[in-house]
Amino acid sequence: MAIFSVYVVNKAGGLIYQLDSYAPRSEAEKTFSYPLDLLLKLHDERVLVAFGQRDGIRVGHAVLAINGIDVNGKLFAIGSQLSPEQGSSGIEMLETDTFKLHCFQTLTGIKFVVLADPRQAGIDSLLRKIYEIYSDYALKNPFYSLEMPIRCELFDQNLKLALEVAEKAGTFGPGS
Amino acid sequence: MSRPAQRRPEYHKINRDLFVLTYGALVAQLCKDYEKDEDVNQYLDKMGYGIGTRLVEDFLARSCVGRCHSYSEIADIIAQVAFKMYLGITPSVTCNNSSRNEFSLILDKNPLVEFVEELPAGRSSLCYCNLLCGIIRGALEMVHLAADVTFLQDRLKGDSVTEIGITFLKKLDEKKYRRKK
Repeated sequence: MAIFSVYVVNKAGGLIYQLDSYAPRSEAEKTFSYPLDLLLKLHDERVLVAFGQRDGIRVGHAVLAINGIDVNGKLFAIGSQLSPEQGSSGIEMLETDTFKLHCFQTLTGIKFVVLADPRQAGIDSLLRKIYEIYSDYALKNPFYSLEMPIRCELFDQNLKLALEVAEKAGTFGPGS
Repeated sequence: MSRPAQRRPEYHKINRDLFVLTYGALVAQLCKDYEKDEDVNQYLDKMGYGIGTRLVEDFLARSCVGRCHSYSEIADIIAQVAFKMYLGITPSVTCNNSSRNEFSLILDKNPLVEFVEELPAGRSSLCYCNLLCGIIRGALEMVHLAADVTFLQDRLKGDSVTEIGITFLKKLDEKKYRRKK
């Protein structure tokens, strides 16, 4: 998979949608009752498992959500810290050895973030396409409230379709 | 593999009459539910606001307009791009004051009132198309602009033209939305 993740961030900086298609990453959802048999600690603004192991949850796993509410997403703050220039309005593109992070901010303040293989091309048009899919399947759903986490089947399906099309059209790397 | 530039492969054209009839049914029902014209106008505006906040993303996604640098640019885009895209009409734009923040859209044709002859008796201050005002207001608010949008003239009330007035009040603070813990 050359496109690793897609995130949608609302105006307040909260994560309202997350899609990870990077194969090695595993997520586990477990119901716990008190007392927890894992030790959690705060590290770099994320809550990680420091000790304890159970059913696929290991040391180093990060807490993504509690009772279904995402705890991620202060990309704007991170972006303005990282920026080499003053007065930056946020990250547009972040390149590393293993991935490229692309961010598209709409005029209304919604941010679409895509993590992809550095060799993957056509991410700009993919971001525009994701914006269209968001405006169709999330916003036109009358029961979806703005700024809330997106839980629309049609949005998921169409997004995955768009990712497949983009991967086939743009990649020159292995794995597609 | 090249594809023709289509919005969606399964996009169907919906009959415009159905839309006009639906809108008419909405207004008629609101008139039954609320006695006062101001209440009906207010609810139309509220509904329009909800539509506008969602429609603006669809508009921005499909029209690829960039950031505007003046209120008159915005008024032009609303009239020439947005109205054209959604209602198939292009109102003309005039600026009403020297500080360049009050504009009027003059609607020559209005598909929503195609079948409406005149307002019923006792409903003389009803703004039949107030939904449009709400839509514009909601859309502008989502791009951080507070605006007052009302009908200045209405053919249904006996005026010679239908005129929507947009008064840009101020820029809303973008930072208000950030750093919420």
